[in-house]
Amino acid sequence: MTTTDREIMATEGIDVFYGSSQILFDVSVSVTEGQTMALLGRNGAGKSTTLKAIAGLAPPKTGKVRILGRELQRRRPHVIARAGLGYVPEDRQVFPEHTVEDNLLIGEKRGPNGEDYWTVRRIYDMLPLLEPLKDRFAGRLSGGEQQMLTIGRTLMGNPVGLLLDEPSEGLAPVIVQQIGALLRKLRDMGVTVLLAEQNMHFCLGIASHATVIDKGQIVFRDTIEALKANEDVKARYLAL
Amino acid sequence: MDLSALASCLITPSCVITQTTSGLIIGLLLFLVAAGVSLIFGVLKVVNFAHGAFYMLGAYFAYTAYQLSGNYLIAVLAGGIGVALFGLVFERLLISRVYGSPVLMQLLVCYGAILILDDLVKIIWGADFLSFGMPSAFQQLPFVFAGGVVPVFYLFLIVVALAIAGLLGLLISKTRYGKIVRAAAVNPSMVSALGINTGVVYASVFVLGGFLAGLAGGLAAPVRSLTAGMGTSIIIESFIVTVIGGMGSVAGALVGSILIGLVRSFGTIGFPLFTEGLMFVLMAVVLVLKPSGLFGKGGA
Ligand SMILES: Nc1ncnc2c1ncn2[C@@H]1O[C@H](COP(=O)(O)OP(=O)(O)OP(=O)(O)O)[C@@H](O)[C@H]1O
Ligand SMILES: [Mg+2]
Repeated sequence: MTTTDREIMATEGIDVFYGSSQILFDVSVSVTEGQTMALLGRNGAGKSTTLKAIAGLAPPKTGKVRILGRELQRRRPHVIARAGLGYVPEDRQVFPEHTVEDNLLIGEKRGPNGEDYWTVRRIYDMLPLLEPLKDRFAGRLSGGEQQMLTIGRTLMGNPVGLLLDEPSEGLAPVIVQQIGALLRKLRDMGVTVLLAEQNMHFCLGIASHATVIDKGQIVFRDTIEALKANEDVKARYLAL
Repeated sequence: MDLSALASCLITPSCVITQTTSGLIIGLLLFLVAAGVSLIFGVLKVVNFAHGAFYMLGAYFAYTAYQLSGNYLIAVLAGGIGVALFGLVFERLLISRVYGSPVLMQLLVCYGAILILDDLVKIIWGADFLSFGMPSAFQQLPFVFAGGVVPVFYLFLIVVALAIAGLLGLLISKTRYGKIVRAAAVNPSMVSALGINTGVVYASVFVLGGFLAGLAGGLAAPVRSLTAGMGTSIIIESFIVTVIGGMGSVAGALVGSILIGLVRSFGTIGFPLFTEGLMFVLMAVVLVLKPSGLFGKGGA
């Protein structure tokens, strides 16, 4: 597990609107190499919108989005993905009428510097429950299996930075544990992750740092240990 | 209505063979146009009313290429490739501006294009009917099966069109390109977030649809008379096919097209004055029994 000060993905002072209503206010988040950063906040705080802004799906009106030092705000999602960003949406969005393996193959691409580490074989080795399901339609999988698949599909694109939107949401405790183990494995491989979560406890053994968002504004930024010890911030901004 | 004529045809092998052959030709040429309409709608959510005009352009491009080269293969490819390129320009210049627009807006854009293209055809190739003529390679004695006469060119058309249908099916179901196209039809923003340029996917589907319509025009040219407006009836039939087969389904387009072809060819015997109406009756029956079409998904 190597971490450096090199910035992998960041937003700088972004404002995001849906129609005329402003959702994000001057949001800055930065994730450095090898870090797993938790983005915590209640329902509707703006976590998903922050991730979508980085991925190009909810382009910011003002402010900057940087991936590996390249300014990519308001560029289309495929440009941002090719610059090294992987996005795993909260509602999973597997392609339901494609098989598990075809879902993985659609995600296949090289990383921004020609990286081609991930293959279908390596995904099955890391997520063994997918292999026996490879010919099944993704729409027929359980929620946990779909979550594994959508993470695997994004990894197939060899991203340098990974956005994960509430991967544990709505899943049975035993599946949540498996997802936690997977995230630790990715962290140990040196993948840089921005993990949106409502549940701080899920992030404890996974994330090193935490950013807290509330009503579209960043209200806390420190190590996850500091957040764990800060009863005031937890009581005010997190649903525990 | 002449049901006795229809009945006597159905018990006469030579009549069945002749009518089935001509029904297959109508149906398979229609399929090449309808498959493009269906794919373009399935992926781009745009109803390309101008697709019949693409078929017409394919026939005229093939006509000119045949005049210049005397080679029918070159003529058909010129129809396909010429219309594919035309489709690319058309999509970038016009259709890409009406993505997500109400269908009435799409209709207006396409209808305008049809009027302009029909007039351009009259200006360039003249207002009179043109006859392509039967390429010399096919000027041979026809095959005779059980007394039914089948011209060599008809057999050629059936084999080539079926081969194209098979290749198209493989392209869409088995290749990575086809997988991406089907995924983009369902969830384009997720496809884009995985690093795939959906604009290029959209344009390529339009080009593919244009290529097929252009091939259809070139293949049909020796057995149809060329005239401005020759795309009108085939586009209406294409819509009937997509309703029968289910929007966005290539297999549905094939089955729907062949059904329409057979209804037309046997209908001319049993219902000589009501052949067009029969297609609509068939469509209505399918709509009542399975509103999403034979191969369509979901309820309505
Ligand atoms: N498409 C949209 N149009 C309008 N408002 C939206 C849209 N999507 C989200 N919002 C609003 O933006 C705010 C932030 O939503 P967001 O999805 O970013 O929250 P979140 O922190 O991810 O919440 P959750 O934990 O429930 O997923 C909410 O008030 C939400 O109602
Ligand atoms: Mg959310």
